[in-house]
Amino acid sequence: MSSKRPLTKTMSRTALTRTLVQKLKRDEAVIGGIGNTNFDLFAAGHRPQNFYMLGSMGLACPIALGVALAQPDRGVIALEGDGSILMGLGCLATIANLKPRNLTIIIWDNALYQITGKQPTATSAATDIVAVARGVGIATSEWVRDEAHFEKLIDRRFDEGGPALLAVKIDDAPGQGQTPRDPALIRNRFMKGLGAARAGALDA
Amino acid sequence: MHSPTPIDADRRTAWPDAIHAQFRRVGIRQVGYVPDAGHSRLIALCQNDPNIIDVVLTTEEEGVGLVAGAALGGQRAALLMQSSGVGNCVNMFSLLRNCGFGCVVLVTMRGEFGEFNQWQVPMGAITEDLLRLCGFLTYRVERAEEVGEIVGAGCDMAFDGDLQIAVLLSQRLIGRKQWTR
Repeated sequence: MSSKRPLTKTMSRTALTRTLVQKLKRDEAVIGGIGNTNFDLFAAGHRPQNFYMLGSMGLACPIALGVALAQPDRGVIALEGDGSILMGLGCLATIANLKPRNLTIIIWDNALYQITGKQPTATSAATDIVAVARGVGIATSEWVRDEAHFEKLIDRRFDEGGPALLAVKIDDAPGQGQTPRDPALIRNRFMKGLGAARAGALDA
Repeated sequence: MHSPTPIDADRRTAWPDAIHAQFRRVGIRQVGYVPDAGHSRLIALCQNDPNIIDVVLTTEEEGVGLVAGAALGGQRAALLMQSSGVGNCVNMFSLLRNCGFGCVVLVTMRGEFGEFNQWQVPMGAITEDLLRLCGFLTYRVERAEEVGEIVGAGCDMAFDGDLQIAVLLSQRLIGRKQWTR
């Protein structure tokens, strides 16, 4: 029984993703993890700085780390589900030790492998993602208490103050969007959004 | 099996420097690694290079995400791992192939020439085939004097052609693994 976890409201990933996207004013890069995380990111309104990771669980944070190191003046946000982060908890230790000040991680935790039939994850019982993050060294790690608390925590510049991790208890409502799947298109649009694409005659 | 190529002391220590020189030439800025004795000198060279961010990974899988992120952010990255680490990455390699991220993976081989530990053999024996199945072009290096040329060519192919390149540094090159205290 995970009695130490603070009381948190169960919130809507769809609504909070919209809140987050509306707050982004500095072309922050957002790396969306596989599944409903991405569907809601896309539903919140596509931005050129969104990368939709549709392939493997557990890679949103490592990808976000690479982007954050490559563009240290840009805020980078990784969105990941509980099932996905559980697949690669080690990346939190890597991030904690590198200390990228421009990287923020948001974990949408509904304690379910929602998309595969709502099987419970480890966070449904003993495992507390914030405790894990703090334990590996991401000191700025917090459970989000409610929507107002979320707004307060994201009302800041994302190019500093990191690494930080916010964990949010969410319900089991499905994601609202349908992300385009073309990998080359997603890659190219994102790199253009970050000013990292090759310029050429085809851009005319 | 043929006899090992004699490698003098100078050359044995020079080949990691040749790799590092290629990293500098092509402007690699991020190097992710899971430590391996065969990579120790190269890791140290990267750690001491102000132009390179060295990232010690908890597992090689993270490194695949790291190089993808580096590419997305406009930087070039390389991964260093032992042959066993290739097996850890298989599903993650889909990302590199799908998105066409140029990437150089330098693999120090175990489980082949002169391997004393049979536990290393099953993975070492399939490493190159596995990389190819995952979409990599693979190049083996057996001799120290070839390292710079092959790694340099691999870097050019990776970053000019958005290809996934693996250079396998053979156990003959690295030297037989010895038990260490």
